[in-house]
Amino acid sequence: MFEKIMKAPNRPALVIALALFAMAAVTYWDASRMAARATYGMNASAASYFVCLFFVVLGLGHVVSAFQAASIEVEDIDMKAIGWVALALAGLIGSIWLGAGFVLGSTLLFAFTARAFGRRALLVDLVIGALMGLVIFLLFNKLLSLALPQGPLERALF
Amino acid sequence: MDAINFLIHGFALAIQPSNLIFAAIGVFIGTAVGVLPGIGPALTVALLLPVTFKLDPGGSLIMFAGIYYGGMYGGSTTAILLNTPGESAAVVTALEGNKMARAGRGGPALATAAIGSFVAALIATVGLAFVAPFLVKVAVKFAPWDYFGLMLIAFVTVSATFGSSPLRGLTSLAFGLWLGLMGLDQLTGQARLTFGVPQLLDGVEVTTLAVGLFAIGEALYVAGRHLFKPEKPIPVKGSIWMTKEDWSRSWKPWLRGTAVGFPIGALPAGGAEIPTFLSYTMERKLSRKPEEFGSGAIEGVAGPEAANNASAAGTLVPLLTLGLPTSATAAVMLAGFQQYNIQPGPLLFAQHADLVWGLVASLFIANVMLLVLNLPLVGLWVRLLAIPLPWLYGGILVFAAMGTIAANPSVVELLLLVGFGVVGFLMRRYDYPVAPAVVGLILGPLADNALRRSLQMSLGDPTVFLKHPSSAIMIAIAAIALVLPFLFKGLAKFRQDED
Repeated sequence: MFEKIMKAPNRPALVIALALFAMAAVTYWDASRMAARATYGMNASAASYFVCLFFVVLGLGHVVSAFQAASIEVEDIDMKAIGWVALALAGLIGSIWLGAGFVLGSTLLFAFTARAFGRRALLVDLVIGALMGLVIFLLFNKLLSLALPQGPLERALF
Repeated sequence: MDAINFLIHGFALAIQPSNLIFAAIGVFIGTAVGVLPGIGPALTVALLLPVTFKLDPGGSLIMFAGIYYGGMYGGSTTAILLNTPGESAAVVTALEGNKMARAGRGGPALATAAIGSFVAALIATVGLAFVAPFLVKVAVKFAPWDYFGLMLIAFVTVSATFGSSPLRGLTSLAFGLWLGLMGLDQLTGQARLTFGVPQLLDGVEVTTLAVGLFAIGEALYVAGRHLFKPEKPIPVKGSIWMTKEDWSRSWKPWLRGTAVGFPIGALPAGGAEIPTFLSYTMERKLSRKPEEFGSGAIEGVAGPEAANNASAAGTLVPLLTLGLPTSATAAVMLAGFQQYNIQPGPLLFAQHADLVWGLVASLFIANVMLLVLNLPLVGLWVRLLAIPLPWLYGGILVFAAMGTIAANPSVVELLLLVGFGVVGFLMRRYDYPVAPAVVGLILGPLADNALRRSLQMSLGDPTVFLKHPSSAIMIAIAAIALVLPFLFKGLAKFRQDED
């Protein structure tokens, strides 16, 4: 019996419970700032309050489940691989943000992702990514008339 | 019968060259993504939504449906030859199919899967054509309170009833509902949860959520767990044709699988996995050679594959007639309709009769195309598995980025995409289902509207939901479906599908 009480609670479930409570608080704060406009029945904020309540109930459920036996086994993950994917996504967002264009962004995205999955030939992958980005850019901007963001490279080429 | 006349008219539309081409592209892409690991039909349709924005609605929707059907066929190929199901509904197929392939009977396994899928999809599509008009007649009488009850059922069944854990399923649903709140409220024009960011006023795009959760979440998960060890598909030896015995052992499971799959797909309970598991257990009990189960029984491939495809067609019934998606793929397809300002539901059959019946007719055509693509050309698809996974995932992420930027070229959208990717990764890691979040985002605002319109019509009287028997019954069903899994833990073995 003593063992049961002393057992360390399931950490992830507690963290998720905290996140749910935090989201509930944000939702409540947002809903409380909305002006009442409805003539009958419910305001637009009612749904917010409902979701807020839902989060609180689920959060409590997670707290309860945190003190029960853990049902999921979480495997170790390779943070280095995750880091490469993160770098890939950062490369894409960075080049769109700084106005460097879609082709550069997708080049970095492709090459770094391939690296995360164990490829070592970064240079080859950069070339493949660039070609892929170019083809997609041409297809979208010329054929489908959908505008992908342009950078100096795209403007110089077309 | 009306349905036959409409179908003939639909076929006249579906055999137009442009629509045939769309159907062919759809089944081709669908089979490819079904075969490839890491991408399912939901993600593929989500990626293609922005690309098809400026194309003809009818053609694009035909293509999406082709992808949906194709994904179901393609998944079985990987399950049989690789023991890694390309999509979750093919998990059961792998049980017996892979054993058959290892025993040198890969050909007949592929054949019974493909022909079974064909038979099932054919019957189920006929079912769709005849059930849909009937349901539409009922659904036009639906008032807002009825829709609200229906959506409650969908919420509960998708997230709680059949998931591994009701708590985790409901949490995923709540996340989707929360995202659905963001943006301008449709009835009063007030901003909810936008935090002063102007890009959030339009709300969260379903495609951004789906692509983030499925593509980026999956890529992070697979990279982090080193799940990319190369696996060699088992070569198909000998004849791919089924023997006389194979035929006689297969046809009944096909029909039984269809009978199980279609109704379950058509109910707002969703998921292609439940019927596949049911069919597998059923065939195991009814088989003349139950001892073969576990070492490659052909019934164990024929039944679940038929159930799988029949339920995919069944899912289209609530989607088209009620506007109710019961799987992630259906939810993304609903977003596809909405991007052309077409709202699936009973009015769809009145306002866009051409489009609906053209779509149903092309499902028949797509089905024939898929049989051809999957039987003689199966070797071609197996070769797709030779693509190195680093390139495959690199390509998936580039396409994901492309789709998102093309739909909405802003850094905020990309940050949302990555944010959803991280959430999707964590959800996979801690075993939270992804589909309820997508369904919550798309149905949440609709349920909110239905609820408030009901209350406006009743002048604020909340008992309106209980005064009408139809909505009262539906709310009761939803309540029972919510409580049931907590009472019977056994239901949890039917795991909800992700695609």
